[in-house]
Amino acid sequence: MTAGLRLEMTGVRKRFGATVALDGVDLAVAPGECHALVGQNGAGKSTLMKVLSGAHTPDEGALRLDGAPYAPRDPLEGRRRGIAMIYQELSLAPHLSVEENIVLGVEPARFGWLDRKEIRRRATESLALLQHEEIAPDAAVSRLPMARQQIVEIARALAIGCRVLVLDEPTSSIPQHDAERLFALLDRLLGRGISIVYISHFIEECKRVADRYTVLRDGRTVGGGAMADATPAQIVDLMVGQKVGQLYPRSTRTPGEVLLSVEGVELRRGEVLGIAGLIGAGRTELLRRIFGLDGVGPAPAARWRQGIGFVSEDRKNEGLALGLSIADNLMLSKLDPIVLPSRQASASRRWIDALAVKCASPFQRIGDLSGGNQQKIALARLLHHDVDVLLLDEPTRGIDVGSKAQIYQRIDDLVSKQNKAVLLVSSYTPELLGTCDRIAVMVRGKLGPARPVGEVDEHSLLFEATGEAAA
Amino acid sequence: MSARAWLARLSPLIGLAGVFLFFLIAVWSRTGRNIFATPGNLQTIALQSAIVGMAALGMTMIILSGGIDLSIGSTVALTSVVAACLMKLRGWPAFPAACGAILAGGLCGLLNGVLVTRLQVVPFIITLGTLLILRGAAKGLADEQTVIPAASALDSLLDVGSVLPSGVWMLAMLAVGVALVLRHTRFGLHLHAVGSNEAAARLCGVPITRTKIQVYTIGGVFGGLAGLLQYSRLAMGDPTAAPGLELDVITAVVIGGGSLAGGEGSVLGSLVGALFMTTIRNGCSQMGWPNYRTEIVAGVIIILAVAVDRWRHRRGL
Repeated sequence: MTAGLRLEMTGVRKRFGATVALDGVDLAVAPGECHALVGQNGAGKSTLMKVLSGAHTPDEGALRLDGAPYAPRDPLEGRRRGIAMIYQELSLAPHLSVEENIVLGVEPARFGWLDRKEIRRRATESLALLQHEEIAPDAAVSRLPMARQQIVEIARALAIGCRVLVLDEPTSSIPQHDAERLFALLDRLLGRGISIVYISHFIEECKRVADRYTVLRDGRTVGGGAMADATPAQIVDLMVGQKVGQLYPRSTRTPGEVLLSVEGVELRRGEVLGIAGLIGAGRTELLRRIFGLDGVGPAPAARWRQGIGFVSEDRKNEGLALGLSIADNLMLSKLDPIVLPSRQASASRRWIDALAVKCASPFQRIGDLSGGNQQKIALARLLHHDVDVLLLDEPTRGIDVGSKAQIYQRIDDLVSKQNKAVLLVSSYTPELLGTCDRIAVMVRGKLGPARPVGEVDEHSLLFEATGEAAA
Repeated sequence: MSARAWLARLSPLIGLAGVFLFFLIAVWSRTGRNIFATPGNLQTIALQSAIVGMAALGMTMIILSGGIDLSIGSTVALTSVVAACLMKLRGWPAFPAACGAILAGGLCGLLNGVLVTRLQVVPFIITLGTLLILRGAAKGLADEQTVIPAASALDSLLDVGSVLPSGVWMLAMLAVGVALVLRHTRFGLHLHAVGSNEAAARLCGVPITRTKIQVYTIGGVFGGLAGLLQYSRLAMGDPTAAPGLELDVITAVVIGGGSLAGGEGSVLGSLVGALFMTTIRNGCSQMGWPNYRTEIVAGVIIILAVAVDRWRHRRGL
């Protein structure tokens, strides 16, 4: 046992049936330290955090919290011991007010009657502590934007006296300027001695907030140390286990005739057109309008027939039917009148092999795959349908580096070898610069002119996206 | 509260007013005189709403918590038979017999709650089962006949007194009580939380199982109270009474703003919903329409009312 550590996990192992999810993981976090936990999807980060929260009991290994043995039976006990998890899907009750969410489970009450004054006082206090007094304690949570809801969850963690705050991809669903506010808030929490475990795919972000880092790969700790001593490239190398080759491949592309000309978008054969912009600028809505979702224009079924396919940014709710098999999801847009398992299997194997999807069989439930593998199937649906125009909305959000590389490779093949057209919406500028031929910026619902990728850079795109260029 | 929030809260009332006006004018123009908005007919509407309203109080809490109770009609029939049997066969006076019926209702609800939480089967299926079980129990207890005890104080719950019968006053007081519980108690907050996001509530240490068992039991108690009103209306225990009542009750809650997905619902809304349903039935019969037409009209209006409400919700109005 090391003195002075807030959290210490040593030699944690966990297996599910034949799968070894964790194979000896060590993690140590000091009080007031922000510790980045990085690794590709499937590396074991979520399992490790479930062990920490009490959702899973480890097969082997020891956990210590402030020096005392810590073996929670369930997440409730973990929470009572001071471990607070903030997941990507927030766990708030949307119909309750901010203050009711903050005190839920520890409501001040006399003989069962709520002490509304005390509730207000506590909620106001924790929101003030976070310097987010602008959130009204009596506002309904469902009406708050995601970034605010996240703050409410952190306030709730504080109100029960959390010692370790675990944040899982906290910036994936909030706008950039809110992310900056969040980082400032985390700094204040660290100053109060709270420890933070920070999980993110964005290495730059980890460098911004974390003091130390631990890299997981295939269920093992493969590296770690002080953030200041490591370059992003070194960390990515550790995550991948080998040098990442060219992340954004770019073959010779020869744009052809205009395939799609709607809503101010002019998309040619053999090119990738990117749309940059801030979250909320209306990029997703634009793609949805083009594809005929939300009840405007032709129906999506007609779009499929015209050879236009769409990958939704919301993989879980809209992109895939998580309860169905890989084969069903893959062929959903173009089902045979009679569904034969043999034909389903042979058709899906082709794409499973082509995109290196890790799965047990084509008939496995797609919800059981990792995010990266799910996303490959979402893309493969368009390939199977053999559409000419691919509308991709944040196609690499929340997936691991390896899967990203394969998706980029596939996009390049599509436009250079098969003469397809890709319209790509992304909030990750390096990705746009790496994959697109032309990039247009959307600002408050208005799409700017598309410029060749050689004429723009990260700065100019951000400049235009924030609306500065127009002035 | 903003003007918009008030408007949202009052919208079931506006709908009720609309239906009321419609029938007022329709009946007047058809018969040439006002026989709809008379004190006597309004009283009738209040009486007819009382049974649905009473059961809807419990159902509001259950639906708020994300559950549903399809067995409420059977509970009402069973408890009215229990009250009748206790008086006729055991010779109990009215008050203890009433308590016995309420207790029986509570036990029916307890059964639902325990089954839902222990078997981990969705309440729709569990209460579909108990709908049959309790209806069968009522028929068995009554020997498949109506049970008619001697006249007692229970007969007068829905008798017209000075202004409104005692059963309606009872309903009004209990409604205020339930509204206070929902707004101001820990139990009420837990109901909202469980219905809104059960996983989050569990994580925060809300006792999910206990809360659910409690809410179904309370729902059963209100079923027992509605059973007493049912008894009082006919002055007998009828094991085949209140067929399809569960649909009226659930509809009342949903028209009043309750969401079958949980987390939403209000006492005032549910009572207005109950009045809404009764007003339609009453208005149709005042129009002299045959029964089949009443049913079709009621069905159309239910769909319209809820569709308009959801549309308003989506628009954020």
